[in-house]
Amino acid sequence: MSGHFSGLRLAYESLRGHTGWGRQWGSSELGDEYDVVIVGGGGHGLATAYYLASECDVGRIAVLEKGWLGGGNTARNTTIVRSNYLWDKSLALYDHAVKMWEGLSRELNYNVMFSQRGVLHVAHDEGDIRLSRRRCNSIRAAGVDSEWLSPEEVKELVPIINLHGRFPIMGGVFQPRGGVARHDAVAWGYARAASGLGVDIIENCEVTGFDVKRGKVVGLETSRGKVKAKKVGLVVAGHSSRLAELAGFRLPLMMNTLQALVSEPVKPMLSTVVMSNGVHGYMSQSDKGELVIGGGTDLPVSYSRRGGEGWFSSTTASIVELFPCIRRMRVLRMWGGTVDVTKDRSPILGKTPVENLYVNCGWGTGGFKATPGSGHLFAHSISRGEMVEKAAPFGMERFREGCLVDEGAASGVAH
Amino acid sequence: MLYIPCPWCGEREELEFHYHDEGHIVRPDVSVGDGEWSSYLYERENVEGWQRDLWSHDAGCRRYFYVLRHSVTDEIGGAYKVGEKLPPLPVEAEREMGS
Ligand SMILES: Cc1cc2nc3c(=O)[nH]c(=O)nc-3n(C[C@H](O)[C@H](O)[C@H](O)COP(=O)(O)OP(=O)(O)OC[C@H]3O[C@@H](n4cnc5c(N)ncnc54)[C@H](O)[C@@H]3O)c2cc1C
Ligand SMILES: [Zn+2]
Repeated sequence: MSGHFSGLRLAYESLRGHTGWGRQWGSSELGDEYDVVIVGGGGHGLATAYYLASECDVGRIAVLEKGWLGGGNTARNTTIVRSNYLWDKSLALYDHAVKMWEGLSRELNYNVMFSQRGVLHVAHDEGDIRLSRRRCNSIRAAGVDSEWLSPEEVKELVPIINLHGRFPIMGGVFQPRGGVARHDAVAWGYARAASGLGVDIIENCEVTGFDVKRGKVVGLETSRGKVKAKKVGLVVAGHSSRLAELAGFRLPLMMNTLQALVSEPVKPMLSTVVMSNGVHGYMSQSDKGELVIGGGTDLPVSYSRRGGEGWFSSTTASIVELFPCIRRMRVLRMWGGTVDVTKDRSPILGKTPVENLYVNCGWGTGGFKATPGSGHLFAHSISRGEMVEKAAPFGMERFREGCLVDEGAASGVAH
Repeated sequence: MLYIPCPWCGEREELEFHYHDEGHIVRPDVSVGDGEWSSYLYERENVEGWQRDLWSHDAGCRRYFYVLRHSVTDEIGGAYKVGEKLPPLPVEAEREMGS
């Protein structure tokens, strides 16, 4: 198929008119039986399949995707990567992912364009400063990079920021190892690498039912026929409630629309990611030059992937307060995705009431950053039949037991 | 922008309103076990289709009421007051016949 990417190969292909690149992953027919079936071909599902194939000895693996690979939230997110969460359990989970991001392009032999340009959260008032510094200190104490910046240091890092707007900037928490990555490349890189290891990737294949015998999943019904499966991993983000219902249980999730927009492309003007939980908005600049802008979620339960107009006015108003120089720029594109939000704003990784059916969801507004770590931990958990250490605190039973990992209060903005 | 028909004030723009939750969630008695209590607190139907929402008209009469809304197409199928007899969900066929 596509072969190894290298400088030498590039030179060779350029001499023969780039005719030899070939398809990046195979298209398979749905087989009769698999040891593990992953439902959902977003970043998390594909990463799970890749680590199952590369690190766990589980036999035949398939990924079933109802549309095209990475066409869900993986394609719709603003690609912020960071691990500066408040609680130790979250820090361990997200920093596992950041460490994996750091070697991902090499691991996959695919450029995921991970750019550690840093992520800055600005603080606007005394209360904000106290909370931010507390968060900054607890992150450092856990051994993750985090720095407190004075307003002058913020200005130096982000010359276009307005320190003296309606909500003045009184400092900020900076994570230098944070940054952005190329969303499509993550899906494609994992798909290519998984396919290279023999994983069947089947697009346009919607899972429509579960074959459950004596409380155990034994197979799936799909738009392409039935398939037997010894273990199943559900990684369908915005469709998790629907599929759980088909399997006969409920999940502690709310489905909301999260929107984002990009401006017309301009020359480089912003070299890091700036977020404000106080005014609910964030901005970075893509490699193409577009300003990538996001904010909070729309509240109603929705699968429309179209948000309300109110979001646009409030988000752009906040962003323009922070960056008055972009006031007259034009919006190029605006879109939405269906995000699966938990009440404590932490993901769900774990077992379900159906034996051999595992779930990985609830990443809501902020799961892109966790893609490699989530896939890695989920793969090992499925293969062992028990959640591995870093994933264990995130089972859905935490809601019944009252053992929440409450990041909601810690980071009130979409990211 | 959704246009929401407040049963007290009539149709107004979505910006005047606040969405609270899925409608008709009944708080169980405190004596129920952890399972039922956490399901009341955290689990939601997330209907893909017509659903009954709980909204309030914050920038208007400030009352709570229910809205029939389609979660995929964003259509609004009406609104009703708290305590009123539940109107039926609009069905696909009725819409196609037009009015
Ligand atoms: C506007 C926006 C901005 C965001 N910004 C950020 C950010 O800056 N940083 C960050 O970390 N996160 C961000 N997120 C969140 C992030 O996008 C998600 O948490 C993450 O991409 C989820 O990946 P996934 O692979 O689990 O889901 P998805 O990519 O949604 O994949 C799920 C897949 O399952 C498939 N599927 C569904 N039902 C079925 C079925 N029945 N059968 C087969 N397949 C099915 C879907 O088609 C889909 O491809 C943002 C999200 C949005 C919408
Ligand atoms: Zn009213």
